[in-house]
Amino acid sequence: MIKRYGEITAVAGLDLDVPEGTCVGLLGPNGAGKTTTMKMLTAQAIADEGELEVLGHVLPGDSKAARAECGVVPQLDNLDVTLTTEQNLLVFAHLYRIPRAERQAAIEWALDLANLRDRRATRVDRLSGGMRRRLLIARALVHRPRLLLLDEPTVGLDPQVRQELWALIDNLRSEGTSILMSTHYIEEAQRLADTVTIMSHGSAVAVGPPAALVAEHAGAQAVEVYGPPARLMEVEGAARAQGLRTRRTGTSVAVLGNGHGLDGERRPANLEDVFVVLTGEEIV
Amino acid sequence: MNGRLERSALSGVLVREVVNFSSFWKSTTFSSTVQPTIYLIAFGFGFGSLVTTVDGYDYVEFVATGTVATGVLFASVFPAMFGTFVKFQFQRTYDAILAAPVDTEELVTAEALWIAGRAGAYGSVPLLVGMVFGLDPAWGMLTVPFIGFLAGFGWGSCGIMIAGIVKSIDGFSYVSAALLTPLFLVAGTFFPLTQLPHWAQVLGNFNPLFHCVQLVRHASFGWQGWADVGHLAVIVGFGLVMWRLAIVFLQRRLID
Repeated sequence: MIKRYGEITAVAGLDLDVPEGTCVGLLGPNGAGKTTTMKMLTAQAIADEGELEVLGHVLPGDSKAARAECGVVPQLDNLDVTLTTEQNLLVFAHLYRIPRAERQAAIEWALDLANLRDRRATRVDRLSGGMRRRLLIARALVHRPRLLLLDEPTVGLDPQVRQELWALIDNLRSEGTSILMSTHYIEEAQRLADTVTIMSHGSAVAVGPPAALVAEHAGAQAVEVYGPPARLMEVEGAARAQGLRTRRTGTSVAVLGNGHGLDGERRPANLEDVFVVLTGEEIV
Repeated sequence: MNGRLERSALSGVLVREVVNFSSFWKSTTFSSTVQPTIYLIAFGFGFGSLVTTVDGYDYVEFVATGTVATGVLFASVFPAMFGTFVKFQFQRTYDAILAAPVDTEELVTAEALWIAGRAGAYGSVPLLVGMVFGLDPAWGMLTVPFIGFLAGFGWGSCGIMIAGIVKSIDGFSYVSAALLTPLFLVAGTFFPLTQLPHWAQVLGNFNPLFHCVQLVRHASFGWQGWADVGHLAVIVGFGLVMWRLAIVFLQRRLID
């Protein structure tokens, strides 16, 4: 699919497939086209070219039927802040057309899922950041969607809350919900996604399971060398002489591969190494 | 993208409004009751001591019915402009609603219906306040909430359309100063159009609010036959045109 905004091409010929029951991660820096891709899947942006099919429905014509079976967790919190936790879920139970007889049970289920049962009567503006995120996810799931679209689900949250959400998302996937998740956190993609599509400037630069991508493009391990700028330049020269690839990360140089004789911190290679190798840019 | 309006989509958007309204109905009810009261007292004492009858009506009758139209305008166009803008620009509520099985057409229609309902109810308050100041009740006044509903639908849609057009929230200042203020004054609300120069009287006939004022007065003090059918037709036509335009402009704003 292709999407242009005037001169700018936000999504330039992206192919994306989310197999049923798996979690696919869209990984890329800000401005890579992840959010635009998400918006096209709910017909809030219309593709200029290409075909989109969501859960068997062809977009944009059948998008309403597709939207009924999708849940969306937006990047920006758009809960109704003067309403309570339960009222927010009630509104979405109506918007997603849950029949009257099943509505209350669906709300209770969502409250349990997000572990917010004892906050049901609390106004949203009195919830913590982590609780709001959990409610945002519960709101997207109240109608038991087949596909969950998560746009940067843990952006701006502290590490503890992030891990809590990871457990929640992992749990959903293990129960069979298909998930498409955009993120610019390497660790998030590596932990949660069965398959990762690495995006840059609106198109996919690599697709595959995280471990396979790392093995294929970055090798098993990397050596991180810290030091003053002069020392870093020296290391870069030495590594290139050995035929190894390097990348700068501000205060250090990462040398991909074994890097014999280099005095540094050895670590497993990761998706960020893959991204940098493939595009020459940093993700964060 | 425009299809048919599904009831479940409309009711979903309306439920959201109703549940939200439960958290701020007190302030809205306060302002829409106190505002016409102040108008009635100020104009009643101010002009009422200078003039006793206007256009054949007691001044309190004239102002109370004129204030209905003002109340309908204030309860529809302003909440529609600010509410719509805030909901798509700042709260991002419309992103969430349009990700659900609701299309822009349904969203706009439900919001306009909700605003119309509020305008019909709150717009009628000045009649009740007027009765305290000596306005005689009449059976025809029972139609006033419906007139307010129809006019509120048009003005609410107009507000949604304006919100879809302006680039920033400051744009509303231009709209309310240059468009809404003259419309609200050149409508026969506080003084009859016949006091104005001829050209202004002609322009006044194109003002939907003028037709709302006339219809409310005639409902309260005696129907005027075909003239009222004409007033009603203008209000309904205005509503239909604004409704469709609101959908077009908001869709342009919300869907890339």
